[in-house]
Amino acid sequence: MSPDKLVYMANQIGKFFAHQGHDKTVAGVADHLARFWDPRMRDAIIAHLEAGGDELDPCVREAVVKLLAAQHNAGANSKSS
Amino acid sequence: MSLVHEVDYGTPRSRAAKTVTLTIDGHAVTVPEDTSIMRAAMEMGTQIPKLCATDMVEAFGSCRLCLVEIEGRPGTPASCTTPVAAGMAVRTQTDRLKRLRKGVMELYISDHPLDCLTCAANGDCELQDMAGAVGLRDVRYGYQGAKHPDPGKDESNPYFTYDPSKCIVCSRCVRACEEVQGTFALTIAGRGFDSVVSPGMEEAFLSSECVSCGACVQACPTATLTEKSVIQIGTPEHSVVTTCAYCGVGCSFKAEMRGDEVVRMVPYKDGKANRGHSCVKGRFAWGYATHRERILKPMMRERIADPWREVSWEEAIARTASEFKRIQAKYGRRSIGGITSSRCTNEETFLVQKLIRAGFGNNNVDTCARVCHSPTGYGLGTAFGTSAGTQDFDSIEHSDVVMLIGANPTDAHPVFASRMKKRLRAGARLIVIDPRRIDLVRTPHVEAAYHLPLLPGTNVAVLTALAHVVVAEGLVNEAFVRERCDWDEFQDWAAFVAEPRNSPEAVAKISGVPAEAIRGAARLYATGGNAAIYYGLGVTEHSQGTTAVMAIANLAMATGNLGRPGVGVNPLRGQNNVQGSCDMGSFPHELSGYRHISGDATRALFEAAWGVSLDREPGLRIPNMLDAAIDGSFKGIYIQGEDILQSDPDTRHVAAGLAAMECVVVQDLFLNETANYAHIFLPGSTFLEKDGTFTNAERRIQRVRKVMQPKSGKADWEITLDIAKAMGFPMHYDHPSQVMDEIARLTPTFAGVSFDKLDALGSIQWPCNEKAPAGTAVMHVNGFVRGKGKFIVTEYIATDERTGPRFPLLLTTGRILSQYNVGAQTRRTENVIWHEEDRLEIHPHDAEQRGIRDGDWVKLASRAGETTLRALITERVAPGVVYTTFHHPGTQANVVTTEYSDWATNCPEYKVTAVQVTPSNGPTEWQERYDELARKSRRIAPFVEAAE
Ligand code: SF4
Ligand code: SF4
Ligand code: SF4
Ligand code: FES
Repeated sequence: MSPDKLVYMANQIGKFFAHQGHDKTVAGVADHLARFWDPRMRDAIIAHLEAGGDELDPCVREAVVKLLAAQHNAGANSKSS
Repeated sequence: MSLVHEVDYGTPRSRAAKTVTLTIDGHAVTVPEDTSIMRAAMEMGTQIPKLCATDMVEAFGSCRLCLVEIEGRPGTPASCTTPVAAGMAVRTQTDRLKRLRKGVMELYISDHPLDCLTCAANGDCELQDMAGAVGLRDVRYGYQGAKHPDPGKDESNPYFTYDPSKCIVCSRCVRACEEVQGTFALTIAGRGFDSVVSPGMEEAFLSSECVSCGACVQACPTATLTEKSVIQIGTPEHSVVTTCAYCGVGCSFKAEMRGDEVVRMVPYKDGKANRGHSCVKGRFAWGYATHRERILKPMMRERIADPWREVSWEEAIARTASEFKRIQAKYGRRSIGGITSSRCTNEETFLVQKLIRAGFGNNNVDTCARVCHSPTGYGLGTAFGTSAGTQDFDSIEHSDVVMLIGANPTDAHPVFASRMKKRLRAGARLIVIDPRRIDLVRTPHVEAAYHLPLLPGTNVAVLTALAHVVVAEGLVNEAFVRERCDWDEFQDWAAFVAEPRNSPEAVAKISGVPAEAIRGAARLYATGGNAAIYYGLGVTEHSQGTTAVMAIANLAMATGNLGRPGVGVNPLRGQNNVQGSCDMGSFPHELSGYRHISGDATRALFEAAWGVSLDREPGLRIPNMLDAAIDGSFKGIYIQGEDILQSDPDTRHVAAGLAAMECVVVQDLFLNETANYAHIFLPGSTFLEKDGTFTNAERRIQRVRKVMQPKSGKADWEITLDIAKAMGFPMHYDHPSQVMDEIARLTPTFAGVSFDKLDALGSIQWPCNEKAPAGTAVMHVNGFVRGKGKFIVTEYIATDERTGPRFPLLLTTGRILSQYNVGAQTRRTENVIWHEEDRLEIHPHDAEQRGIRDGDWVKLASRAGETTLRALITERVAPGVVYTTFHHPGTQANVVTTEYSDWATNCPEYKVTAVQVTPSNGPTEWQERYDELARKSRRIAPFVEAAE
């Protein structure tokens, strides 16, 4: 999926949490992406991160890193749709 | 089956708590204080003859037919205007009364045309009934008495006629229009014997203020005001109580039938949402159900450029299943999905999401609530713990202050608007927050205390400024907050809203609303007594839609306006079953009752019931499905009763998404715009053709009852079952009531709901379970569902959709009364008489700058696309703002709306688009190309050809 759009959406989510400070923002964005984004959207934004993560706001980038870690921990990646 | 007859008690129910006991004809009867003698008599089963009284309106006392004698009082008072008193002894039938009543009837009959046998109301006429009731056998004055003035029949209204020669000037119609509808369109013109009912300034109904709600027709005791359908077909012989399929008010109607033909829809007095009232759509606009353009046979085609080919149900279902299976085999399990319809029943939406989750094996299910109230679900769910409005509609009767935000109920929720207007006329104060000067800002006998005409896109700023005033001026209800809410979160929030950048003075610069108006409105909301918030799509359809819903919840919690009648936070839902489709688990991330799909316990419950394992990952939302389609990972879709091409933003993007799919299955009544991109068309059924339930904006579950067989041979739920079976996941139900039983087993908030209970109680507001066996009228009474109410910081973030030199105006969109949503139904009724086309409202100043005159064709362009329509110059919109509706496909208003959406839910930002408006002389290239495509795409090959 078009990374531009996903990056825009993720940053938009980040802005909602921004007022709550760094830690809560990172956790809030990561949780939102896990709860509301379909696996292929998450895979696409992780791929974008791995390709440099252009335009991702700092806290949002950290949230995507967290998402990636969570996927590794879970062992099974959900790419197998 | 027979006609459902409702008792007319003559005068409205008294609200007094104290009761009094009196005797009527020797029988003791106990009724609330302020009840009329007429009503008290009817409560014990004695009908006092009457003509000018009916229980929908206050008594008037003009016909003098309802006279009674009261022991110890002189004369013969009218029982409709005389209240009961303790110890009173009333006689309803004496020689004197009989004589007087006969005299009254003689006068009425002497100048009434006596064409009873050919009169449309024959058998359904109160004048006839009363002549019988008083034993009228002779008219001493003859039948040739002078007639009332007869200006001739008025047949201008498409749905009812006015025949003044039959009018008895009882003024029931005038009072119904004033008291029930609140439009004040009718007056009695002339005096004494020459008086006659007249719309407006002696105009025709159609050109008057009349909004065609039908209240006067229902109130009229004679054939003076009569439905044209009754004149054409005759009087009905049986009736069935059902629910309107248009808007989220959910009015109850008696479908009055002759055989399987609908004669008329009459609002049901026992309906708890509408209390006997209706609007033009539900009352009259049901002709689409038998419109010649309805598709009654399944159809298929290889490519969307081909003409349609009629096929059997078996072929269409087999093809649907084989295509979906082929696509999944080739592109993966998550490459298909579906959309449930907010127009269909709870049972039908539940089955579609079940088919997708259990049969398709993924969670790619969404519903059109995505594009309207998904932020409500998210926002209220976060703040209070439930994704629904907090009150019932009756609550408005206890409100002292009404704050209306981004909603236009007189057009979009007319029956609730009438109830609201009634309360406002009785003294409640009104605050309107809306870019447009909607009707309610100033309408007969109602005037808003404050209108905050904010710039589109600045809701969150203004709502936070209101909160600033509440906190800064010490208007917080601290006792409520300490008891009910999380105190730490409250303090964080209070510190945030108190910051000077959130003051009305600072926000005035962003929103264009004078600081004093914001302060005044906040003070009134916080200190004016019971204050209720009602809001609509003007709140949700923004990039900060969810944040605005949270800001509304904050305001209500801070002022303690929750948890009792008269207050609360109330989303006005657009479509009839938006609430229900959300409740039923139509969103990709949650199962019925708003439980996240990742919850292992919840999934286990469903897995055990359905005998499959469920995907724990959330699925795609509608806009994501379209993106994924363009991207190549989403290839097939089953769309139940939804026209995403017309209703969703950025039409070109939607079209590209649909065109990229290999199998688009549309199930609908008509070849809608989306069907232009479909490969398989499955003919749907109307609400008259099936059983089920709808849930309205007040969480009220109501029965939809079948009055005729499905014209295509199958009700919508049966089609879904067939697809499931063909996909290899058979689901067995003989009747929708069994689907509701399953919903009740799997959904705690619906645990106590069943068709039997609905039949017994009439309707049920969820939650309905062990704790609340009869349902719940007002939520969060002793505490919030989530525990402590959650205050959330609502930082204003301007939308990226900004005006600039190329696109200097802001477009916002809405609805009008006579049309419904994409208009697929209402455009196929006589309602088109009121709204032939969508118009662009533009302020005189902006029009003049551009050399645009009223009625000119104009080009409306945004960075997404352009379309043309005609201009309507009006001061309803502020300078810099333009407004249009999207009821007609030709307008393609969504060609110009953009892909921006709410941060949390992807609900599109319909309400803000930067545009330019210029004079134009015809349709745009896109409109022309699309017209051509639509024309081609709607071709249906003759059946013989198909057999080749
Ligand atoms: S139809 Fe409704 S609005 Fe029109 S005159 Fe009758 S009551 Fe009034
Ligand atoms: S039109 Fe009907 S309701 Fe109105 S005054 Fe005449 S008889 Fe009464
Ligand atoms: S207000 Fe809504 S539910 Fe009621 S009749 Fe009108 S469209 Fe139907
Ligand atoms: S019904 Fe009481 S005066 Fe007409």
